[in-house]
Amino acid sequence: MTFIKDFQHVLKQNIREYGMFIALFVIWAVFAVLTEGIFISSRNISNLLNQAGYIAVLGVGMTLIIVIRHIDLSVGFMAGFLGAVAAIAMSFWNWPVYIVIPAILLLGLLLGFIPGFLVAQMKIPAFVATLAAFLIYRGAILVVTEGTGTIIISNDFFNAIGNGFIPDIPIGILPEMHVLTLILGIIAIAFYIWGELKARKTKRAYNFEVLSRSIFGLKLAFVAALIGGMTWVLAGYNGLSWTVVIVLIVVGIYSFVSTRTVIGRHIYAVGGNPEAAELSGINVKKITYAVFGQMGMLAALSGILFASRLQSATTTAGTLFELDAIAAAFVGGVSAAGGVGKVTGAVIGALVMASLTSGMNLMGIGISYQYMVRGGVLAAAVIFDVATRNR
Amino acid sequence: MTVPLLEMRNITKEFPGVKALDDVSFQVAKGDIHCLVGENGAGKSTLMKILSGVYPHGKYSGDILFEGNVQKFKTISESEAVGISIIYQELALVPEMTVYENIFVGNEISNGFSIDWNETIKRATEMLANVQLDVNPAVQVKDLGVGKQQLVEIAKALSKDVKLLILDEPTSALNEHDVANLLGLLRGLKEQGVTCIMITHKLQEVMEIADKVTVLRDGKTICTLDAHAGEVSEQALIKHMVGREINNIYPKREHIRSDEVVLEVKNWTAYDSTVGRDILSDVDFNVKRGEIIGFAGLMGSGRTELALSLFGNPEGYKIKGEMFVNGRLTHFPHPQDAISAGLAYVSEDRKQNGLILIQDVMQNITLANLHAIAKRSVIDENAEIAIANKYRESLNIKTPSIEQTVSNLSGGNQQKVSLAKWLFSNPDILILDEPTRGIDVGAKLEIYTIMNQLVENGMSIIMISSELPEILGMSDRIYVVSSGEITGELPIEDATQESIMHLATRN
Ligand SMILES: Nc1ncnc2c1ncn2[C@@H]1O[C@H](COP(=O)(O)OP(=O)(O)OP(=O)(O)O)[C@@H](O)[C@H]1O
Ligand SMILES: [Mg+2]
Repeated sequence: MTFIKDFQHVLKQNIREYGMFIALFVIWAVFAVLTEGIFISSRNISNLLNQAGYIAVLGVGMTLIIVIRHIDLSVGFMAGFLGAVAAIAMSFWNWPVYIVIPAILLLGLLLGFIPGFLVAQMKIPAFVATLAAFLIYRGAILVVTEGTGTIIISNDFFNAIGNGFIPDIPIGILPEMHVLTLILGIIAIAFYIWGELKARKTKRAYNFEVLSRSIFGLKLAFVAALIGGMTWVLAGYNGLSWTVVIVLIVVGIYSFVSTRTVIGRHIYAVGGNPEAAELSGINVKKITYAVFGQMGMLAALSGILFASRLQSATTTAGTLFELDAIAAAFVGGVSAAGGVGKVTGAVIGALVMASLTSGMNLMGIGISYQYMVRGGVLAAAVIFDVATRNR
Repeated sequence: MTVPLLEMRNITKEFPGVKALDDVSFQVAKGDIHCLVGENGAGKSTLMKILSGVYPHGKYSGDILFEGNVQKFKTISESEAVGISIIYQELALVPEMTVYENIFVGNEISNGFSIDWNETIKRATEMLANVQLDVNPAVQVKDLGVGKQQLVEIAKALSKDVKLLILDEPTSALNEHDVANLLGLLRGLKEQGVTCIMITHKLQEVMEIADKVTVLRDGKTICTLDAHAGEVSEQALIKHMVGREINNIYPKREHIRSDEVVLEVKNWTAYDSTVGRDILSDVDFNVKRGEIIGFAGLMGSGRTELALSLFGNPEGYKIKGEMFVNGRLTHFPHPQDAISAGLAYVSEDRKQNGLILIQDVMQNITLANLHAIAKRSVIDENAEIAIANKYRESLNIKTPSIEQTVSNLSGGNQQKVSLAKWLFSNPDILILDEPTRGIDVGAKLEIYTIMNQLVENGMSIIMISSELPEILGMSDRIYVVSSGEITGELPIEDATQESIMHLATRN
């Protein structure tokens, strides 16, 4: 059977890429069985995606950080802190929401330059610089919430970001379903298939290696089924949430920038070999600043998503987000040795981490064991990275 | 007939898209120094990696017989156990560790429950004496020159009771003195009964030392020549390697006499704070349009440092002095600025700072000039592919596809990718640092021909080289560097090996 052989070969060659899908699939199957189907109910999947949202944006930024051979431990509490600042700006200072959101994102960008400066200019290991920042932001959250404790956010627009869904178009068919979501899903599948076919055609025109026909078809069918299934499940509940829309936009932009633009290529070059990159005329310092800056901005976005979801800023917001973000990046195929890793992978990684939390919550597993499992998954992801790196 | 020490039979090895070895057989007699030659990508390193267990049994087809017994090495330690030791093309020492630690790393001498350092140092000292290396075993390896590091590698191999020593291009980074030293050492080892396989592109060395020579081409054994039967000559080797005759590897070119100075450097002094002294002092030189300027000197004389200090100074030396590009006083704070001003630097160490090994051929070629194939910062994929294919053809880079990861290319082809990258940046002044290190004769000729075309089109080339024949064969004018100073300038008519060596050793 050439098909089976082909399949094994492709799987072996691309295990880094497909490993995370396998992990996600296994996790979902196991939880679906253990929770007697509750885990894969429309309602739970919808919640799960919203929970994965604030991890996914962090994971995307963290992927680039790890690609250039650094780490950022401060993103969790930074997100918590910036969420609190947003809440204060709206609830106490009465700033309008359309100012608050861009202002917080900008603040995140600027704060991101601080570790950027320490790492690029002062040559301090990122681990140390961001560990210090981790503590500073932890303290800062406590300071700003000192008098008030939890700050309730009552702005509807802001709260919709983490809890709302896109509106439906009333056309009368399939009354139980969210029609716009279904339409978007179909468009997404069409786009995906069209893009893949086009890419395959160009590759063949240049005589590059392409997947065999049957494997290629299988891949298309699998991804189409995945998108279709997701859409179907979501459409059966409230439809696509704003969080998911935001994550998709962020990932879309990041994926384009990282694979198709000059700066993206420069980032991966710096990760692959900083000395060679420098000699090729790439300003490694500037890249370091840029990458830490964008991480700060995404931490701000994550903080907004989280505060919006809880409709409040709490004193513990952001706890352990950095662990989930780093784990998401590694599950998503980033390499600790630098220079390798796709931002889209981090989204799958975030889904894996959110699924673990959600599934264990549904099963009533205590928080102490949850910590152990998440730690174990992070370790497993890095072991997998190291073990498959030389392919 | 006696049993050969080593016999490899019908070895075939495939990588995705490449048949690196195709039914290769060869024999090595005990006590011989057996050279393995062939073009870049012929499969020499691959064959030796199979022999030493880097590619384990089962990942190739064919048989290995060592001392008459069939061997199925799964790991390097299994081949070491029977007495085969390999020194790779790229050195594998730990720079931060001391010499004695390096010699016994992975092979520590223990006195029951901990490492016996006294015994280690004693044995290390013996080993160093054995390779005639006179250094304190307690110095860190990174403080030794390449030549001495090479000897440490050999000492390390000898510490394991070796019967067959394999050296993959051991002399490519050595100066003439160290080469002579190394060859002498190999003869000494031969006397002690150690058999040796040596891969090299320097045919001179083959003539000097080989008992037998096996030529590989495109993954096949072409022939094995016996030096004692008078079968080995430079012409014969080249013919078997390349498959055609090459009469003059330095192609003829009119020496151009232009007066237009494109680069002038005056009173150039650089202080390196990591070593705490001036590494360049009062360097003056100029380069005219369409010239090839040779920078001769011994390894470590400061020529690479000079090139880097001009090229945006990435090492952060403290520099005094003036540089004029096309008559204008300039200063490059970053390599980026040097590139925009029309300079390019092809590094001597392609692995360390020339290439991004984990990326593919195409991405490496376009890296230094991405904006040329981008519209509003978005890379035009078709243009990128076209560019990469163009250089793949014009430089004859051997790779199954431009999507191949560069680390999978043979050493010489990596060098061509590095050259392609800088040609694509379309410089006016091209600095080549040891441009033909590790490159086969055929490819050398190709590179020299390209250099000639470039200068004919008005480019100026600075060629740093430690190979005197290359300096003499290619330059229009020569500067000799010694200990960070220019000790002489020679027009090509007056230059001889002797006059250059005299100036190179003056400080
Ligand atoms: N890991 C690998 N994956 C894919 N192809 C490889 C790999 N290693 C080597 N090759 C290919 O196998 C062929 C033989 O390579 P090898 O390194 O043995 O050449 P070589 O004779 O040592 O050349 P050089 O003189 O340039 O060092 C080359 O075409 C090379 O691209
Ligand atoms: Mg080789």
